[in-house]
Order: sequence, then structure tokens, then C-alpha cells
Amino acid sequence: MGLNWQFITDSLPLYREAAWTTLKLGFWGILISLIIGLVCSIILYFRVKVLKTIVKVYIELSRNTPLLIQLFFLYFGLTKVGISLSENTCAIIGLSFLGGSYMAEAFRSGLEAVSKSQIESGLSIGLSKTQLVRYVVLPQAFSVAVPSIGANCIFLLKETSIVGAIAVVDLMNVTKDLIGMYYQTFEALFMLVAVYFIMILPLSLLLTWLERKVRYAEFGN
Amino acid sequence: MQSLGISVLFKGMNMQRLLEGLLVTARIAFFSIIIGSLLGIALGVIWTSKSKWIRLICRIYLELFRIIPILVWLFIMYFGVTTALNIDLSGEVVSVIVFSLWGAAEMGDIVRGALESLPKHQVESGKAIGLGFWDLYRYVLIPQAVRRMLPGAINLATRMIKTTSLVVLIGVIDVIKVGQQIIENSRIEVPTASFWVYGSVFILYFIICYPLSKISRKLENKWNG
Repeated sequence: MGLNWQFITDSLPLYREAAWTTLKLGFWGILISLIIGLVCSIILYFRVKVLKTIVKVYIELSRNTPLLIQLFFLYFGLTKVGISLSENTCAIIGLSFLGGSYMAEAFRSGLEAVSKSQIESGLSIGLSKTQLVRYVVLPQAFSVAVPSIGANCIFLLKETSIVGAIAVVDLMNVTKDLIGMYYQTFEALFMLVAVYFIMILPLSLLLTWLERKVRYAEFGN
Repeated sequence: MQSLGISVLFKGMNMQRLLEGLLVTARIAFFSIIIGSLLGIALGVIWTSKSKWIRLICRIYLELFRIIPILVWLFIMYFGVTTALNIDLSGEVVSVIVFSLWGAAEMGDIVRGALESLPKHQVESGKAIGLGFWDLYRYVLIPQAVRRMLPGAINLATRMIKTTSLVVLIGVIDVIKVGQQIIENSRIEVPTASFWVYGSVFILYFIICYPLSKISRKLENKWNG
């Protein structure tokens, strides 16, 4: 079963472009997820009234429904009630909606790991609440949360494989088209797997390394 | 008359059809979870082996599923493997195979973690009173490990149920596909159909997954706290 290398080289630009799209969507999705997650976890941490309930409902909704349905709802459902979004915007909103709750959980576990004495010491040396969060709580929480944040980033980058279902020209769609049009099944699948490996393996290794680094930092305390 | 869009759900056989689609989804999830768990338990036990090579192979197996998205695996199985072996597999069978293999990898990791977290003297005491391999696992290790792995396992089940939504992309007529058919059929009469249909599929998944994740969290708090 030899692969048709000519075909692979020819289709390289297509995959490169699709991978670029995936990375771009993934980047924005992860960035916005981080922001949503941070805000949500702080709201939960300080038990802000009303907002706390909204955040809880959001987290449950987002964690217990598949991304594909979220995307379909955004892309096909909302257009029909007057909200029209481009497929890339939908993909980013969908990823952020999903990722936000995962990031919130990651930050929350980090925040909960910060011991009470840290907060009390901070208050006793006269830090304001903002200063306390900014200089004492967040840095420590972040280092505890790093492994799960990293895992979430990989998770989100993998989830981008689904956005092809709403017409984003991503890796999956390119593959499907090549299989459909040229019948070069193995070549197309080979490229698909290769691209995902190239994108995610370094990230995964980086994460393992980072995790070990952070654990060393913990021992210092 | 421009009726309320939500009425599309109850017109004719629509609700029944959606639920039939849901049954296909549920069937795929059910078989995948059962097969995946059984394979996963076996894998987890093998994984605790002292041999470096066995551990490495198990690790690579898991990482393959962690690095390559499940949708890509569905594509590989649906387009690649069937072509390579020249066999004809329905989308449903392909889904069950892929989800089971993936579930086995994740479940294996959970079982391994649970078994390794048990204190060593449990194994040693078991052996000391003369238990064989099977009895050791059956009476000593598994009952204790179950507590530690159940929350993770239920979480995995929730993830697998959510992932069943992908099967529509390899042509399985699941709850989403039925929803799309209903939307197509009523495009003229009920232009807002897609809002209501996707909205209700969204809620259907939520109704199934929410109790599971709730149970998982309860158990986790109860047994860890």
C-alpha cells in the first residue's frame, strides 16, 4: 500500500491553510475561554450574588452539551431568529462557550488550593482586596491550575476538528473533499493525522515539561 | 398563519422521530460505554504491570487517543480502515468501535490510577494469605479501587455520550440527523424550525448528561471529603 507522494505534495498548501485556520480559531477560542474562565471563577470564588447563579447555570449548560449542537444552534438556529453570524465567528463563540466552563473549573480548583492563611496574611499587611487577588491569590492559583489549563488548551484545539460541520474550511473538510473528489483516501487521512500530530504533540510535550516545572515551584513554598 | 415555531416539534410524527433518533444515539453510547469499560478494566490491570515495555505500549495507546481528535479517528475507521480491508461497516458499527477503543484507553488510565493509589500492603497481605491473581483482584483490589475510579468513570461516560453527537458527521441517522430532516421538511411552513429543533436537541443532551455529572461530583465529594 504505497502512498501517492505526488498527491500529498500537491495537497500540502490546502492542508497548510486549513491548519492555519484551525490554529487561528483555536487561539481565539482558547484566549476568550481563559478570560471567561477567569471571570467566572472569580465570581464563584467571591460568591457574588445573582452573578454566581448565572455562572453556575452557564457552567452546567456548557459542560453537559456537545460542542456540535452548540455550533449548530449558533450557526443554523440563531440565523432564523435574526442573529446572523459568520461561520468563523460561530466557531470562536462555540469554542469559547465550551472552553470557558472548563477553564473556570481549572481556575476554581486553583483558587481553592490557595490556603486561608495566605489570604489572612495578605489582609493583615494591609493589602486591598484587588491587591490581594492580583499579587497573592492569582499567582498561586495559577501555578496550581497550570496542568488543567494546559490540558484544556489541548482539548479545545482538538475540539476545533468539529467546526468543519458548520462550513469552516478546516482540516476535516479538506480531507473529506479530497477523499470525495479524488478517492485518495489514505493520502488524505495520512495528511490529516500528520497535521494533528504536528500541532498537538509539541503542545502535549510542552505541557508535560511545564507540569514538572510547576511542581518544582510548589516544593519551594 | 404564522404559528409558533415550537409547534414544529409536535407536528405529525416529529417528536416520535426525534426520540427514535435519540434511541440510535443512546444505543451507540450504551454499547460503547459497556465495551469500553470492560476493555478498559482489562487494560488498566495490564497497565499496572512491572514491565517497562507493557507500560510504554499502554501509554502510547492512550496518547494516540489524546492527541488525535475522536472525529479524526471516526474518519480513519470509516474511510480508511474499511477501504484498506475492503470491508463494509455501517457508520453505527464504526462509531461503536471507535468509541469503545477510545473509552478503553481513558478507562484504562482511570483504573490504573485507582489501582496504583491503593496502598501496597493490600497486595502483599492478599498474597500472604494465599490469594491467587484472580482472587486478589476479585476480593481485595477491585472493590477498593471501584470507589476511587467511579467518579472518573461516570465523567468519562458523560464525555462519551456528548461525543456521540459526532456520529452524524459519518452518516449515522442519529437524533441530530433526524432533526436536520425535520428542519428541511418544514423549511417553508416553519422558517424558525432550526432554532427550535437544535434547541431541543441541546436540551435533550443536557437532560441526559446533567444528572450523570451531578452524580459524579456527589460521589467525588463523598468519597474524597
